[in-house]
Amino acid sequence: MNPAGLYTLFYKEILRFGKVLLQTLIAPVITALLYLLVFGHVFEGRVQAFAGVSYTAFLIPGLVMMSVIQNAFANSSSSLIQSKVTGNLVFVLLTPLSHLEFFLAFVLAAAVRGVLVGLGVYFAGTLFTPVPVQHLGFILLFAFLSSAVLGATGVIAGIWAEKFDQLAGFQNFIILPLSFLSGVFYSIHSLPAIWQRLSHFNPFFYMIDGFRYGFFGVSDIAPGVSLLVVAVSLAVLSGITLLMLKTGYKLRD
Amino acid sequence: MSAISITGLHKHYPRVHALKNIDLTVERGEFFGLLGPNGAGKSTLISIVAGLTRFDRGLVSVLGHDVVADYRRTRRLIGVVPQELTFDPFFNVREVLRIQSGYFGLRRNDAWIDELMQALMLTEKAGANMRALSGGMKRRVMIAQALVHKPDVVVLDEPTAGVDVELRKQLWTFIRRLHREGHTIVLTTHYLEEAEALCERIAILNRGEIVALDNKRALLARGIGRTRRVCVTTAEPLGSLPESLAQKVRRQEGNQLELQLDKHSDSVMAVLDALRAHGAVITDLNMEGADLEDVFVELTHGGSA
Repeated sequence: MNPAGLYTLFYKEILRFGKVLLQTLIAPVITALLYLLVFGHVFEGRVQAFAGVSYTAFLIPGLVMMSVIQNAFANSSSSLIQSKVTGNLVFVLLTPLSHLEFFLAFVLAAAVRGVLVGLGVYFAGTLFTPVPVQHLGFILLFAFLSSAVLGATGVIAGIWAEKFDQLAGFQNFIILPLSFLSGVFYSIHSLPAIWQRLSHFNPFFYMIDGFRYGFFGVSDIAPGVSLLVVAVSLAVLSGITLLMLKTGYKLRD
Repeated sequence: MSAISITGLHKHYPRVHALKNIDLTVERGEFFGLLGPNGAGKSTLISIVAGLTRFDRGLVSVLGHDVVADYRRTRRLIGVVPQELTFDPFFNVREVLRIQSGYFGLRRNDAWIDELMQALMLTEKAGANMRALSGGMKRRVMIAQALVHKPDVVVLDEPTAGVDVELRKQLWTFIRRLHREGHTIVLTTHYLEEAEALCERIAILNRGEIVALDNKRALLARGIGRTRRVCVTTAEPLGSLPESLAQKVRRQEGNQLELQLDKHSDSVMAVLDALRAHGAVITDLNMEGADLEDVFVELTHGGSA
């Protein structure tokens, strides 16, 4: 193992997004607050997803998780594509870092950014309405696992994409729709049966539903099932990412 | 023990057999030149030694350690300055060098980083963001990055491509110093002059094959680099040429004539006299040393210029 090397790459990734905080932390929090303002204003008092929970309170954990998902993905994917396009990734590839260390550094840094943005959205959201915390462990577990899933997905996308345009496609045609259609703004029980069934194929739905359970103690499906789906997603995506890194796919051709 | 040992190396890209059965040994402490035109396979070969590129077949080792099985060790033993000018726009020079050190597990390396920056005249720019540096400065930072872990073997992939004369001289001085201090140096270049000036032993790579491998003196004795190029401009386009020059013409376009002459047996004055006698009015004359193209002509024509 090369723990100092792993730490350095992790630290470099943190430092990288730390240098552009306005774009990487503050902007996503503001965006989430705008959603909260608009959707909260329109639906408050008209929609009740869970008994005894206001719509704005219901919305906040969903927005937190949506921000976690999008920012964890953005961190690893944009860092990789930038390093590839500018060519400086070569100075990482020349080092004795193993593919596992490379993977861990990128995924953990993505998780840190995802969780930090999530914390920002949560605390800013509680200025509007209080949000209870029923199971802190579930909240932390889902936040970490989900951001790790998206961090790994970001590594896959960053390695696969050869130009910014392709990465934007990945983000706009896969990550964004799946996160919007995952129950951020509604409970899937309010959907027609066919859409409910389709939602079960969306892994982001389990992330948001399990995460929300941590706040309200209520969820659309059993939190254990959601946890299992998210954990399996992480295992599968990590396996794919590690395989890509080990074989040098598009990096050491 | 050899610094670099390559045996039976093959590398295919989808449409190109980039390296064809390469056998090459670079001894410890040697100053080795790898020459070849663009696309010859030099960078691919170096990338394989550095672990940047996978290969299909063969054995490659650095100081006795296999670059695939024992990659952690070989990457600590080798420092590579890539050809492409690259930089990380998020960081300043000192941050870049500290981060690069950290990748190798070296957390307290500031004394060496300071020494490197001083040697490469980067000290004043230590706090400058990489984006703010000139191309030459960026190139120096890349060299510092390659040396930050004090590697035994230093590989410089076309370090002087696209740099001005002053920086080229400074880089030559610095590379010579590295060699004096005991580093094995591998330099790729497509400037014959550069390889002649610096390297002890030279391999010439063309289309993925080693077409010549010998020490510099022996290569020169074989006639490699014994020709020079003479470009003549005439007032009017030349219709025909004197018979005595027919074998020496490399290119003829309008009023431009390019000849390849043997440095020892061909007289430039005799060529000019022959042209004048043929009715040509010479308006300009340029002479250059042999370039790699000439060398390949020499090699493939069995030494007859």
